[in-house]
Amino acid sequence: MDKQQYQDIHATNRGRQQGWLRSGEPMIWLNAAAVSVSIIAVVGLLLLLAVRGLGHFWPADVLSVDVEYQGQTRALLGEVVEQVEVSGEQLREAGFELSGPGPFYQRTLLKQGNRDALGTDFVWLIDEQFANLAWPEDVMVLERLEWGNFYGYLRSVTPRGGPTVDATEEAQRAWETLQALIAETVSVRENIREIEQGAIGAINHELERLRLRERGLEMRGELDAVAQAELAEERATLDARFSSLQDELNALYESIRGHHIEAELANGQRRQLPIAQIVRAYQPNALGPVEKLGLYAERLWEFLSDEPREANTEGGVFPAMFGTVLMVILMSIIVTPFGVVAAVYLREYASQGLVTRTIRVAVNNLAGVPSIVYGVFGLGFFVYFVGGELDQLFFPESLPRPTFGTPGLMWASLTLALLTLPVVIVATEEGLTRIPKAVREGSLALGATRAETLWRVVLPMASPAMMTGLILAVARAAGEVAPLMLVGVVKLAPTLPLDGNYPFLHLDQKFMHLGFHIYDVGFQSPNVEAARPLVYATAFLLVVIIALLNLAAVSLRNRLRERYKSLEH
Amino acid sequence: MSSLTEHLSPRTNQWRRIKDRIATVSVTAGGAGVLFAILLIFFYLLYEVVPLFSGASVEAREPVATSLRSAPMYLAVEEQGELALAVSGQGVAHFLRLSDGSTVLREALDPALGSPDLVVAESAESRLFAAAWRNGEIALFRHQYRLPYPGGEQVVTPRLESVERLQLAEEPLVSLTFANTDDALVLVGGTRSGAWVGVRVVREENFLSGEVTTRVESLPLPAMPVQGAAIHLSGDQRWLYHVDATGAFSVLDLQARDASGLAAVVSRGGLFQEPGRLQTSTMLLGGISLLASSDRGELVQAFMVRDPGEGHRLQRIRSFDTDGVPAQQLVPEHRRKGFLSLGSDDTLQIFHTTAHRRVLNETIATGAAPAAIAPRGDLLVQLQADGQLHSWELHNKHPDISWTALWDEVWYESYDEPAHIWQSSASDNDFEPKLSFAPLAFGTLKAAFYTMLIAAPLAICGAIYTAYFMAPALRRKIKPLVELMEALPTVILGFLAGLWLAPLVEDKLTAVVTLLLAMPVGVLLFAFLWSRLPLSVRARVPEGWHAAVLVPVVIFIGYVSFAGNDALELWLFGGDMRRWVTNELGIPFDQRNSLVVGIAMGMAVIPTIFSIAEDAIFSVPRHLSYGSLALGATPWQTLVGVVLPTASPGIFSGLMIGLGRAVGETMIVLMATGNTPIMDANIFEGMRTLSANIAVEIPEAEVDSTHYRVLFLAAFVLFLFTFVVNTAAEIVRQRLRIKYGSL
Repeated sequence: MDKQQYQDIHATNRGRQQGWLRSGEPMIWLNAAAVSVSIIAVVGLLLLLAVRGLGHFWPADVLSVDVEYQGQTRALLGEVVEQVEVSGEQLREAGFELSGPGPFYQRTLLKQGNRDALGTDFVWLIDEQFANLAWPEDVMVLERLEWGNFYGYLRSVTPRGGPTVDATEEAQRAWETLQALIAETVSVRENIREIEQGAIGAINHELERLRLRERGLEMRGELDAVAQAELAEERATLDARFSSLQDELNALYESIRGHHIEAELANGQRRQLPIAQIVRAYQPNALGPVEKLGLYAERLWEFLSDEPREANTEGGVFPAMFGTVLMVILMSIIVTPFGVVAAVYLREYASQGLVTRTIRVAVNNLAGVPSIVYGVFGLGFFVYFVGGELDQLFFPESLPRPTFGTPGLMWASLTLALLTLPVVIVATEEGLTRIPKAVREGSLALGATRAETLWRVVLPMASPAMMTGLILAVARAAGEVAPLMLVGVVKLAPTLPLDGNYPFLHLDQKFMHLGFHIYDVGFQSPNVEAARPLVYATAFLLVVIIALLNLAAVSLRNRLRERYKSLEH
Repeated sequence: MSSLTEHLSPRTNQWRRIKDRIATVSVTAGGAGVLFAILLIFFYLLYEVVPLFSGASVEAREPVATSLRSAPMYLAVEEQGELALAVSGQGVAHFLRLSDGSTVLREALDPALGSPDLVVAESAESRLFAAAWRNGEIALFRHQYRLPYPGGEQVVTPRLESVERLQLAEEPLVSLTFANTDDALVLVGGTRSGAWVGVRVVREENFLSGEVTTRVESLPLPAMPVQGAAIHLSGDQRWLYHVDATGAFSVLDLQARDASGLAAVVSRGGLFQEPGRLQTSTMLLGGISLLASSDRGELVQAFMVRDPGEGHRLQRIRSFDTDGVPAQQLVPEHRRKGFLSLGSDDTLQIFHTTAHRRVLNETIATGAAPAAIAPRGDLLVQLQADGQLHSWELHNKHPDISWTALWDEVWYESYDEPAHIWQSSASDNDFEPKLSFAPLAFGTLKAAFYTMLIAAPLAICGAIYTAYFMAPALRRKIKPLVELMEALPTVILGFLAGLWLAPLVEDKLTAVVTLLLAMPVGVLLFAFLWSRLPLSVRARVPEGWHAAVLVPVVIFIGYVSFAGNDALELWLFGGDMRRWVTNELGIPFDQRNSLVVGIAMGMAVIPTIFSIAEDAIFSVPRHLSYGSLALGATPWQTLVGVVLPTASPGIFSGLMIGLGRAVGETMIVLMATGNTPIMDANIFEGMRTLSANIAVEIPEAEVDSTHYRVLFLAAFVLFLFTFVVNTAAEIVRQRLRIKYGSL
């Protein structure tokens, strides 16, 4: 190619380049990148939650390793939690002697458990000090009621009074004995819990009601000898029932006491552990994938159905899930009628003037008012003002202990109902607007009254919109935490707000909530490191619940819309 | 036309009409009720906030006669406001019942010595007072009260207890001040012959036997005028303030000695700006601030401040507006940094120092007789020379808040300069609450700013692409996905930000910074290379699927940034960018910082902005862009020249609503920052926002206290801010809708 030709091509190229820049193509790509980044962020976030949340229940293999440092060797056992690269300089500054050449070193976070014996659950190690890595088949993991997990080797099992089974000789039999004893204690503990929370809880509840009755009579000056005798008699019956239950409980406690095992830690230390403290025992390295899957399902179910243990860092989240759902149901019961009535009023009854338009804008904007403001309002108005008045009027006998003058389930539901009211109003109004005028006029022309038109024609047609509004409200309420922190959630509620004791639904009780559980366990817990996987799991559970509610909203709306489609236009 | 309902019986029809009436009434009532409930939020917040700004009021009680026949030398009221203690000129302590003036208990301070020369109180809040007799002897007393409940009724039982006795000088004293702690008692007095004498009584407890031994040290004081001068001791027994009759002060450091072995004078100057004579002076609650008034009506507060060097100086902090009335008696409150000033022409003024506010200015018949305020600050008592006991009920709930206290720099006690500080929790009884909204508002705006910095470009660019360029099939999938993000509970975003993102950003700071730069560059590079690909390859990707093509590219850029983090960090920042930022740039770095908050809250705000902006762009009438395209403009030119100007109000409205969300968001900020109320725009430090502050503090705030109401004020500010922002956005949107309608 000669020079001229080359220059020509070059010039066209440059022209194309300038044209490419001027055409705005690069900006379009940048805008597209914004969409990609947002989508990757959302999907990545959900994946992160899913992987970390669901991964927690998988029975991880247990690593056995010797750490050699400055001529000393420590034997360790544990699950590998995390591995990171750290610069050597940082490590040297922290006082480590390193022998490797590289600027970077791999560090491993090992969950060694055995908090009672070793002090800390987690330990950071430098990989270059590792020797003798192994995954011994006979490593045993114990989930316990206290002190977190135990990692070690089973040495012997001793049933109460019975002969000791030596695990070094009869490994299989020892393991089976252990599993049988655990199964027994678990079911006995279940019995104990039922008695403590069911029967004894009911008696305590009755005693408290007696006390309040006595106080009420005293305040009214009606506490005469007859009433006193009556009360004393009732109390005596309850006390008698209580002591018989107490005996039963003692017997149950006695029946699981005394079984114990002897186990060896990685460092050779031997420990005796009572079986009554063990929730579950397994040998992860010896399990096949199917067995692991079974164990996985078991642990996942425990998470969903059980109560939290050890300051919420272990066990399940059932009370929190229950509290969330109950609160949301109560909120829906409150918010739906009011939201629908307000929307019907605004659209069907109020004259469409400036005032109505202003109100509409105001309602719309309330949806944008920060939730904490609702929380503050709920605390000040509902809890202290209304609750305080209710206590004075209806529960004077339990004062100075507040009944409704303290944060509780009812106030939380009411506050969230207020918070989600705009959502329901806006959605319902939108549905009412979409109904053609002709439909209403047709009904009225046939002689139906306004109320009949509303009840028989308009509201059924607006039902998809109402449902959408309600479900959006529910989704918002289920994820809201800030106002609840002020008006009713607690980190640990001893009983569920719904039980078998009169009046069954305890509106004045405080309750647990998934969202608050995440905040509390993740940020206020003494052992954040140990609790973290559980927080991921809880967060994932909450996301699943809310995503399901949202999807339900979308599909419900679509289906109902389909039904009334023929009426539109 | 005959109605189809004619065949119904008249009764049925009547019943239907009644039902209709009932429905109308109940729907109207219900609707109005709901709207009322919404208004209630506004008015309830206002109702809780208003008392903060209303002034005080005073209500006189009927005066009662007592058995005293002269003005008392000392007057105090006990906690319950039932009894007053008056020490008569004869040296007899009378405990008087305020309701009827009767004497509950009478006790001579010292029957042998008789009338004392001086009776002085330690400070406003202490129940300790000292009496000095002609022979130079001094005795300290404490008045104590017990509250037994005989027969269910509360009875206040007084008792006078002698605490200490000592000889300060061999001649009569004309002035005296003292300060007492568990460890030591410091007494300083001026003698009639014009000398200052001082002692420190040091109490040492043997920690084995618990036995207390006392040791008396003499405090050598320099020569200063005694007549007409006032002296005060600071609560920590370090500073001795001497103010002479003209308002000139000298401050002595009782812990330091000058060359001649006397207590060193560390600061001299004048308290008053206008020359005048010292009228009265006292120490404010806590023994840090000195209050002094002149006969020209000047009333000033001063306290010790550290000089930039090593020394200290008495700094005139603020003066109070007295309307030129000289204060004759200053009565500090016992629980708050406020005080009462009784003026020469029977005026009562109530001030608060931190708030720099006068809450009351009223004329009541007072005169010059000694007055005392009850510890709860709700009762003022004065015993006149004729033995009449006057009392006034004070309604002064919230003197400690004012516009300046909330928003301006305030010079707090023990601080070296005025500052914006939020520190609401008390460490002790004489704590000065520092309730400045400025750092909280600053933190709120800072969080919102960094949020918008991340969210606005992503959301708007994304909206532009989705609404204008994206293939419809893809758009139908993308939009619900982004909107699903809006339903993501913020507590989850906050938890991820605090426990996952914050450590990650700290660890891979270089990668995060690289990513921010590399992402646009990388995308542009890819776009350029793409334009160079043969048409046959490009044609395989249909128009409007750029975003899908870019997904692997973006992931790749992200991966490269993070994979290259360590090498880059080693090369540029010696292996640790975080340390480099702190050490080399001198920028403090918190793990939970604004960058983390910005990213996390950005995630919460993007869907809001995206959704509204996308709607606005998408609903720009198509024929506008078709016209532009037909005239030969490229799609981008059409977008910039035609579509965006038309849709800009909608985009603006989306941004406003997003801002409103960012300002009010609580959980993310609560979890992803350290919640320290600082005023620093540094991206690597945290903040405390109004909303997080409410969430942290209101469960502990005492109901109806100033703190509680101030938190309501914070909620009210948030409410108003978001309401105004959202209303503006809504109005803009409605205008836009009308505009589109006319197009």
